[in-house]
Amino acid sequence: MIKFADVSKVYGNGARALQHVSFHLQRGQFAFLTGHSGAGKSTVLSLVSAHERPSSGDVRVAGLHIGHLKSRDIPRLRRRLGVVFQDFRLLEYRTAEENVAFALEVTGARPNVIPGKTMRVLTKVGLASKARAYPGEMSGGEQQRVAIARALVNDPPILLADEPTGNLDERAARSIFQLLRDINAGGTSVLMATHNLELVRSTGYRNLELKQGELVFDSAEETSAA
Amino acid sequence: MRLLAREAVRSFRRTPVLSALSVAAIAFSLFTTGLYGLVSLNFRQALEGLAERVEVVAFLLRGTPAESITLAAQDVAAFPEVLSVDFVSEDAALERARNELVEFREAYEELQVNPLPASLEISLKPEFRSAENARAVADRLAGFPFVDDVRYGREWVERLDHLRSLARAVQLIIGLAFAVVAIAIIGVTIRISVFQRAKEIAIMRLVGATNGFIRGPFVLEGGLKGVVGGVVALIFCRVAYGVFRASLGEQLPDLRFFETGDMMLIVLFGTLIGLFGSLVSVGRHLRQV
Repeated sequence: MIKFADVSKVYGNGARALQHVSFHLQRGQFAFLTGHSGAGKSTVLSLVSAHERPSSGDVRVAGLHIGHLKSRDIPRLRRRLGVVFQDFRLLEYRTAEENVAFALEVTGARPNVIPGKTMRVLTKVGLASKARAYPGEMSGGEQQRVAIARALVNDPPILLADEPTGNLDERAARSIFQLLRDINAGGTSVLMATHNLELVRSTGYRNLELKQGELVFDSAEETSAA
Repeated sequence: MRLLAREAVRSFRRTPVLSALSVAAIAFSLFTTGLYGLVSLNFRQALEGLAERVEVVAFLLRGTPAESITLAAQDVAAFPEVLSVDFVSEDAALERARNELVEFREAYEELQVNPLPASLEISLKPEFRSAENARAVADRLAGFPFVDDVRYGREWVERLDHLRSLARAVQLIIGLAFAVVAIAIIGVTIRISVFQRAKEIAIMRLVGATNGFIRGPFVLEGGLKGVVGGVVALIFCRVAYGVFRASLGEQLPDLRFFETGDMMLIVLFGTLIGLFGSLVSVGRHLRQV
């Protein structure tokens, strides 16, 4: 699903964000990306979503080579990805339902399928009763659920989550994480960047640990080596 | 398309102050351009009024037979430059001189013999009222054997010619400058509205909207603002014209307002600036993010 082969990323100002990173996230797998701030977690996610291109090496996502992707093909890639951020990135002047429907509308979905799909995904994240609420009227956890619903509404095979629990209290964080596990159980690959090591340790999921742009630990390799 | 329209209207409703400001900026830029257009339109009209006086007069030899004059007048009327030909007999010329040159009236009363010659007064079609054409017609008239002398006020016509081409150049340059300033102001207001919606654009890209789809609502919104701005500018121009006319109308009786075609051009200009301004601003934004 996501394959990094000897990937390095050097930004225009000379900063080395990633160095020789290789890993393979298979279909249906759940993996954490961990490491301190500036370790390169966000760069990995930016490369997967083609917001950045690799300086060297090969990034393959859902069969597409990010390094060779033409600009006009980027929307095709992004429709196969759901992305969730720490700061939710919802449009405050739209209701939960409208925020989710927006993702369908702007990708050219047929108008008659939009309300049904929107409500189904809101139900899935447990927010059917808040469909008409605006982000300002919801808790942080609820807003993140709306963001997850928006990320899932196009049925992407991959979900990227950049510190999705970073802005939430412990209870909300746990329930969001449970939601991501449920989504993964449904067959969606999930790559989640997080600082929350306790969360990582409490599950048996794969952990990719980055340090100064290098992949210093991959629990999958450790398991296979053992 | 329905989605595009809905998004454009939603944006108007969501940020009424910003939308109103950008419509006002468009309206004001078009208003100043329009006012300049009105001034230049009326100035040109005044110059054309002067040009109407461009006239070629052929003085005829005494004793020319009436049939020759009639035939010649028909001939001259068929010249491509000529609008009309009037025959002024010797008597009519004297009569006119008595009426128009009041200070010489007594001198004319005492005359035993009429010293004034008969003439053909030729007025030219509007597009031929220039020194060059007047000279060409005068040269041809001089070829008639019974024409004694031809006058067309050469110096005056040449000066008028010069003034007209100068006015045209100045109007074009200032008009272009006004249009460029209007385009710049409108471009900036559109860029502000694009920045204001940067988050929305980022989300659209994130979920996989194509650039074409992202541009759509902005371009439509820009066009709508252009139409509204153009109409508001016209209303302001009409009010300003009304006020000006009310205070100075007596001195300037020939003042006129835009014709329907001109007004449609102003609105079309606003619409096009709105459309292209949005297209350029969104395009630039999409390339940067």
